[in-house]
Amino acid sequence: MQQTTTELAGKKINMSSEIMPTDGERKSSSNVSVPWVEKYRPRSIDDVAHQDEVVSVLRKCLQGADLPNFLFYGPPGTGKTSTILAAARHLYGSDIYRSRVLELNASDDRGIQVIREKIKTFAQLSVANQRPDGTPCPPFKIIILDEADSMTHAAQAALRRTMEKYSKTTRFCLICNYVSRIIEPLTSRCSKFRFKPLPENILLHHLSAISEKENLDCDKQALRNIISISEGDMRKAITYIQSVSRLYNDKRITSERIIESAGVTGLYFSIASATLVIPDALIDSILETCRLNSYEKLDKIIQNVIADSYSAYQLLSQLHDKIVDVDELSDKKKSFLAQMMAEIDKCLMDGADEYLQMMKLCSHIMQQVCAGE
Amino acid sequence: MSLWVDKYRPTSLSKLDYHKDLAEQLKNLIQSGDFPHLLFYGPSGAGKKTRIMAMLRELYGAGVEKLRVEHQTFETPSKKKIEITTVASNYHIEINPSDAKNNDRVVIQGMIKSVAQTQQLDAISQKNFKVIVVMELDRLTKDAQHALRRTMEKYISTCRLILCCNSTSRVIPAVRSRCLGIRVAAPTADEALLHGVCKKEGLTLNQELAVRIAEQSKRNLRRALLMCEACKVQQYPFTPDQPVSEAEWEIYLRETAAAIVEQQNPKRLLEVRARLYELLCHCIPPDVIIKGLLSELIVNSDGQLKTEITALAAFYEHRIQMGRKAIFHLEAFVAKFMSIYKRFLDEGMAAMDFM
Repeated sequence: MQQTTTELAGKKINMSSEIMPTDGERKSSSNVSVPWVEKYRPRSIDDVAHQDEVVSVLRKCLQGADLPNFLFYGPPGTGKTSTILAAARHLYGSDIYRSRVLELNASDDRGIQVIREKIKTFAQLSVANQRPDGTPCPPFKIIILDEADSMTHAAQAALRRTMEKYSKTTRFCLICNYVSRIIEPLTSRCSKFRFKPLPENILLHHLSAISEKENLDCDKQALRNIISISEGDMRKAITYIQSVSRLYNDKRITSERIIESAGVTGLYFSIASATLVIPDALIDSILETCRLNSYEKLDKIIQNVIADSYSAYQLLSQLHDKIVDVDELSDKKKSFLAQMMAEIDKCLMDGADEYLQMMKLCSHIMQQVCAGE
Repeated sequence: MSLWVDKYRPTSLSKLDYHKDLAEQLKNLIQSGDFPHLLFYGPSGAGKKTRIMAMLRELYGAGVEKLRVEHQTFETPSKKKIEITTVASNYHIEINPSDAKNNDRVVIQGMIKSVAQTQQLDAISQKNFKVIVVMELDRLTKDAQHALRRTMEKYISTCRLILCCNSTSRVIPAVRSRCLGIRVAAPTADEALLHGVCKKEGLTLNQELAVRIAEQSKRNLRRALLMCEACKVQQYPFTPDQPVSEAEWEIYLRETAAAIVEQQNPKRLLEVRARLYELLCHCIPPDVIIKGLLSELIVNSDGQLKTEITALAAFYEHRIQMGRKAIFHLEAFVAKFMSIYKRFLDEGMAAMDFM
């Protein structure tokens, strides 16, 4: 009897939260294009790439069929959500998954009210230690709080006691990018795991596996280019590779198609635009203009860059890479510019005007390049 | 009788005048019957909206042009009611959530959830997803953008988002990485397009005037067409040396800048303030004012000073974004400029005396 009420309540709560498609649903929707990120999400914890420590700890835990409270943190696209989803699948299988796992993320309302009502009611329910068919399963539920760093401090504080009180029936898994935004009392209640950015060879291995399954004709250099712009983020890399394959019908991915440098204005819609990357030639021409020591010319080129709708943020980071290698600047000048870039980065994040910020940066670069010691 | 801008807006992808390879690729994308979430970015007047509409038309047929205006109300957790006006057809819905100010998160979540949870009735003859066009994404608060990230992934089977923004800097990386970015650069050859439109109108446009209009419009096609139409109203047939009428506020702004350069004292500052108020009252955005002032002031200053003043403008514009009342910061910019400029002049004078 208890079992049925639990199942019902679980379903009710789960309506608005994450619904994990069962295998049946997956097959029927295969003609609708699924994002490859979802399609190639690791199914079991052994498929999770590169995070050996976490996986080995989790495997131990799963053998003992008990879990501590987890806190996963690390840069995006390193497999945090995938890992816990895979572990939950392993524990519950797809049949009782819905009633046992509550997944909340930043897109759900997660104010203090929700913590008090939704999470508490879900956490209070006790569950049986066997499935409907009689096979054993762990006697607890899992609440996954994805993107926990965007929860308010009040909401986090409301979690503290809840986490301890219902430890008999519920395990929490907090996932975030920045562990510093989680309040201390919560971090001390969880076992923490850092997810490392993925190294190139692991990404390369996975991407070539995907391209093989999707019948893409990729050359190695193309994959390397994708990897270098994705900065250790598996999700980004997979999204890029899917974008390129969508744009060109012949399913061929070559390095030219990834970083096309067909002049400054010739290029409108290649992966470079999809990934917001600015062609190197343009960056060079900006630096070249800085050497001319003419404010008017600089003004013109920056106006064109903005009109061509390159992202100022991207320009900033690519200029930064270049500035470091400019020989004619002394270390002192470089550090001055680096400090200025940091300020401008903050201003851009606050929503300041792109043109003015870029002019500020470039006119200072010009000053530094042209002035003597 | 509609404006030329609307009258000659291309309605299909094949009729677009520039960025042809972009149009080709958009077509490729649609022909496969499905597309990921898209993020159109580019300056205003570059043709983002035109491309989006052309794409939707290609996708759903002429039905998308039957638009209706809907009023929807949303309720915030604090029980405040927000009313939002949306433009919708049977296949797509267009929202401008920046109308909702601080509560845009509620609007965007409510909207996407309600659209995504209704399935299309006739899945065979129609596409099985709806399109939500979100304009001015960069004006959304960070909070609302965070709310978008998982929602976007969750409802991918029933709805597609087309996001539209001017600058990608204000879009959080998490949203950017979930979309296929489409860069719509401003057109470089406005004059050719002006010729085309004039031909359709049955007018003859001489090359000199076209070039001048194109220059003044600063690669903004919408503005170029409006200017061209204004010229026609003023005087037709066109003559090469015909004045291209500028907006009144641009002239006013230029005069303001001239006044600042002319004299630097508290009295002048007060006068300038009155003028700035006047501009703000006419809904000229403060960042446009500061940029306009900068470009005029910079002409009158020396090399070293230019860098300094640009940095100042950037600094105060940032303050405007962070602060509440633009006039304080605009005035501060002017006052600071005056002080720097005065010092520069005095030093120049002193050097002259010394000689």
